[in-house]
Amino acid sequence: MEVSSQKFNDHVHQAVDDANLKGAMGKLTGALRPNRARAVAGLPEFDDYRDHGIAIKMHTLDHIDRYLEEFETNVVANGGHVHWCADEDSARETILGLCRQYDVKTVTKGKSMVTEELGLNAFLDQHGILPLETDLGEYIIQLRGESPSHIIAPATHLQRHDIAQTFRDAHDHLDPNRPMDTAESLTEEARQELREKYGAADAGITGANFMIAETGSTIIVTNEGNGDLTQTLAKTHIVVASMEKILPTMDDAGVMLRLLARSATGQDMSVYTTLSSGPRRPGDLDGPDSFHVVIVDNGRSTMLAGSEREMLRCLRCSACLNHCPVYASIGGHAYGWVYSGPMGKVLTPSLVGLEQTKDLPNASTFCGKCQEVCPMRIPLPKLMRNLRAKQTEQKITPLKQRVLLALWSSLASRPRFYRFVTGMMTGALARMAGPKRVFTWLPFLGNWVQSRDFVAPEGGSFFDRYRASSSPSSSKGEAHD
Amino acid sequence: MSSSARSSRKKPKVGLFVTCLIDAMRPSAGMAALTLLEAAGCEVIVPESQSCCGQPAWNSGDKAAARAVAIPYLDSFDDCDYVVVPSGSCAGMLAHHLVELFEDAPDLRHRQQALAIAAKSHELTSFLVDVLGVTSVPGQIKGRVAYHDSCSSLREMKVKDQPRQLLKAAGAQVVDLDQADTCCGFGGTFSVKYGDISGAMVDGKAQDVEAQHPDLLVAGDMGCLMNIAGRLSRRGSPIAVRHVAEVLAGEMTAPPIGAGSINSDTNGSDKK
Repeated sequence: MEVSSQKFNDHVHQAVDDANLKGAMGKLTGALRPNRARAVAGLPEFDDYRDHGIAIKMHTLDHIDRYLEEFETNVVANGGHVHWCADEDSARETILGLCRQYDVKTVTKGKSMVTEELGLNAFLDQHGILPLETDLGEYIIQLRGESPSHIIAPATHLQRHDIAQTFRDAHDHLDPNRPMDTAESLTEEARQELREKYGAADAGITGANFMIAETGSTIIVTNEGNGDLTQTLAKTHIVVASMEKILPTMDDAGVMLRLLARSATGQDMSVYTTLSSGPRRPGDLDGPDSFHVVIVDNGRSTMLAGSEREMLRCLRCSACLNHCPVYASIGGHAYGWVYSGPMGKVLTPSLVGLEQTKDLPNASTFCGKCQEVCPMRIPLPKLMRNLRAKQTEQKITPLKQRVLLALWSSLASRPRFYRFVTGMMTGALARMAGPKRVFTWLPFLGNWVQSRDFVAPEGGSFFDRYRASSSPSSSKGEAHD
Repeated sequence: MSSSARSSRKKPKVGLFVTCLIDAMRPSAGMAALTLLEAAGCEVIVPESQSCCGQPAWNSGDKAAARAVAIPYLDSFDDCDYVVVPSGSCAGMLAHHLVELFEDAPDLRHRQQALAIAAKSHELTSFLVDVLGVTSVPGQIKGRVAYHDSCSSLREMKVKDQPRQLLKAAGAQVVDLDQADTCCGFGGTFSVKYGDISGAMVDGKAQDVEAQHPDLLVAGDMGCLMNIAGRLSRRGSPIAVRHVAEVLAGEMTAPPIGAGSINSDTNGSDKK
């Protein structure tokens, strides 16, 4: 998918004035945050599961080569095939090659963020293969020609009336006056539209929440069952997964599944947890004729060896997005690529480079809520700070900012002189403000005063008052002159 | 102070880290912090060698600039038992980030000094309650007081109940915000680099404050206070805003921060 993170500030400028988006983002505070809190409170050992899960992930990353090879061995033993793809080009070509091999004209798709990375839908379309998204949210945004705005709820930027209008436009064979004012009616309509297409598809493409080395299985979790239909009704099942989705054992997956659903939607368990362990065997009631797993690197190996390694623990649960006040203010599209919210601010620069994603690691107050709710306790603020440091080292940070910081630092490293200068400035400001005590406008602070007043300094400095005070301890600080 | 002077126990020696924002913007909050520490029986020194903790450069990813700002104060607290900071954010810088900032510093002494400061740094209200066991304060206040949790206080310094306990001890009816653990959108340089996002966030916070109809909003961090007071003032709200130390010390003669009503918050110490 093309990166548009360079236009982050333009996106933000539009997003903060978008009343409809603001309404849609109410889902975060109204449902997702309280639901997670309830689910976590309902499992007193949640933090123990977190520690256990982190240990599993760290171990797996330390030995990822071994577990990926074990996974391949077991997939092949089950009658499936594994394809290794270093980058997005090779992944796209591999998937296209499989489609050609099986004479595929139509594919149904389960929700998969890595296929968004690959821009797979547009690519297949260009090559005469029709991709059809089956996750309700993905289906909606595919009809609208949009990209996902959230890693598990791709249409979260929309309200119900937007979706109703999208369906009226797209399903023009239906009665134009049908009532569409409930979530149920919308879901039912999408279900009817999608049902007939599952059987007609030649291949089903899904992602994977986990790949299990000891069994050669892939696991997806959904709430709609669309994944099951996608992978069992088509003749060919292609799983596309990024390499860090590997786990050693099924027991490990048990730990992660407990963490994932609670962190994501606040469910104890997702409605469907679906395991795929190869093609249909003699005697199986259903299943595909052929089973392929496309393992995508696309920058992960580099991360594994670098300072963003901890980001590879990410389970894609979306808790950091759901709890992020920046995400809640601007929505997911502003981030300009597949991943958004705090995890996107680290993952996107790591995968596509620092140059075109300058703003992403900077647009955070470091409030720390993301790290607090992350089931894998990924130190997201620290990782963003690391990326800022890399920007500074590589002089990607804007020149104006570097010059201002250098000036400020040379001033602040001389405390007495610093206080002399700030004292002059605050004295002048205090006098200018007078009894109003605020400024509604100030030069050089346009970005502050556009939305709030600048409060006037009280006048004088602490150190002046402290020296003047008759406090018995007042002389002791002077020892350090 | 006189009673503690008579005590036979040696007074704890506290270095006050004033913070650059309090020094320049709100001297009253610094003086109030001094009052609170002395009232609790501490001997307080205020080293002149401090300006800013260095956080703006550290969070901008400029380690060299952050070190330059921190080095002058690194040896200023050597003979203190504690370093106390009337800000969760700057306390977080001292207690959690200074060590990382100097972990590969060429001068070994700097690494040791950073470790020493980190081990004895505390946010003001948590120092009073957790370290000194303070249960009463000089200030008295009536009415509804909303306490805003700064993110660094809450998450880095584990400050939550301490300021609320002290406010209750001063007589306040403490009210909680609906989204108490949501950031106000200040974030240091973030507030001017990303004015659109910061503005949207602080508007949400201001509405959350207004919904509780407090007489007074207090917090332990000047950054948040300037941000929220600025937005309340832009919205025309009469809610007064102060640093929590002013209320606890009973030093409320300075007008509130921003344009909030001077009369709405003076029903406490000033009238008694």
